[in-house]
Amino acid sequence: MALVILRPGLLSTVQDLGRFGHQASGVSVAGPMDVFSHRLANQLVGNEPDAATIEVTLIGPEIEFETDTTIAIAGAQFDVACEGRLVPIGASVAVSHGQRLRFGRLHQGARAYLAVAGGLKTPPVLGSRATHLVSHIGGLEGRALAAGDRLPIDEGAPVVPARKSIGLTLPTGGRTRLRVMRGPQDEWFAPEAFQALSSVSFRVSPRSNRMGYRLEGPPLVRSRDGEPISEPVGMGAIQVPGAGEPILLMADHQTAGGYPKIGYVISADLPLAGQLAPGDFVEFVACTRQDAVGALIARERQLLRHSGLRGA
Amino acid sequence: MLLVECGDTIDPVVNERAIVLARRLRARGGRGIRDIVPGYCTVGIHFDPLQVDLVALERAIDEASRDLPSIEALPDRPVTEIEVAYGGAGGPDLDAVADACGCSPADVIAKHTGRIYRVYMLGFVPGFAYMGRVDPSIVMPRHRVPRERVPAGSVGIAGEQTGVYPIETPGGWQLIGRTPAKMFDPGRTPASLLAPGDLVRFVAHRGAA
Repeated sequence: MALVILRPGLLSTVQDLGRFGHQASGVSVAGPMDVFSHRLANQLVGNEPDAATIEVTLIGPEIEFETDTTIAIAGAQFDVACEGRLVPIGASVAVSHGQRLRFGRLHQGARAYLAVAGGLKTPPVLGSRATHLVSHIGGLEGRALAAGDRLPIDEGAPVVPARKSIGLTLPTGGRTRLRVMRGPQDEWFAPEAFQALSSVSFRVSPRSNRMGYRLEGPPLVRSRDGEPISEPVGMGAIQVPGAGEPILLMADHQTAGGYPKIGYVISADLPLAGQLAPGDFVEFVACTRQDAVGALIARERQLLRHSGLRGA
Repeated sequence: MLLVECGDTIDPVVNERAIVLARRLRARGGRGIRDIVPGYCTVGIHFDPLQVDLVALERAIDEASRDLPSIEALPDRPVTEIEVAYGGAGGPDLDAVADACGCSPADVIAKHTGRIYRVYMLGFVPGFAYMGRVDPSIVMPRHRVPRERVPAGSVGIAGEQTGVYPIETPGGWQLIGRTPAKMFDPGRTPASLLAPGDLVRFVAHRGAA
């Protein structure tokens, strides 16, 4: 059984929670840009959080199902239709053999996640189905989906319909505020840099992708020249190359980096960052470790609350 | 992510300490620990903040940091040999490197094959090992404008480092040769030919250059 990609959209990839455990060999984690919406979509069809979904970017795909199954879409607000019937975002929906799902206009956010009951069964690579585009690993042949691709899925397992009203609060008007913890090279920056970071809007450059967002704004002034010794990095790191234009590392980032990092976007806000598109604006707000953990617990509760809504 | 600093220099002993610390922490494991990654002189610990008690993790790091080695490598560590066809289409920068260093291409090859290199860390793409240090007389800066396509197997020099491109990618290193060795194969265990701390010797393929 499979679902068939009729039109791939701008950039559609297979993602699960990511390929952890191999970064010492230079293998990037990849995974969803907005992990919250990926998990939510899975939850709505009764999947484990690690089940593989399709990440859809800005222009969505058209897909045909070769079996009866249950699907859910979470994340960006697209108009989605299945054979003329509106498919709501954030709810599970039954689809039948031969039916076609079409993504239309995007109203808010940048990335949506399509989960199918049982998950996509593309071959795992090093324990994960996540697509890493640069190294051509995972997903379907390590690449973005193309017309004619067939993604293996389970034969329709009955799933209790579920509805979720509390999704991610998407960026409004292309503006997002992200909370940031300092370090680990904050001593490389002049005090003005921190002031600029927390008082100015940065624009997501067109030269942005799943590896990272280049942020256009006033240069963040460094107090030291040269580069620190390359070290392991994580998603959310704000690297500042010599010219002072920050780069926010996203899901496909390299395992190590040699630019000083002025701070890290907190885990709770990374899903929001994943909903940004080129041309959107981002503001950074300083945050303590304690508040960061608190925010993550609140985010987790949003998913837990849903478990109680099953069958509503 | 938590970053543990074992030093602030590119130094074999500091690097060995980071690698051993990473190994110890990996052996300890623990709920919510997603990945442990040694760098040149640091160890990155990727974890789930909701499952990991940071105080306990920091205590575990302190314990694992005791009695770290003060040597570069155990004397019986094996040396991985990588066969290279130097020069020609696979090593388009060999002649320019020789010119810039005021020696012959054969001298560059002799110097590149004449040392045992240490793998300090992997990064950039899967299986890409940053190795050092090259003979000071063949130290070369990166290309100012990186090539858009560097073929898989290309052997390059950048500063005091040398390395092999496992897959075709853009790249700015000075390319002096090419190896048929498969640096990374996800179907193989381990997938990466090289691991942090490994020792490597390049061997000139007969009849090349």
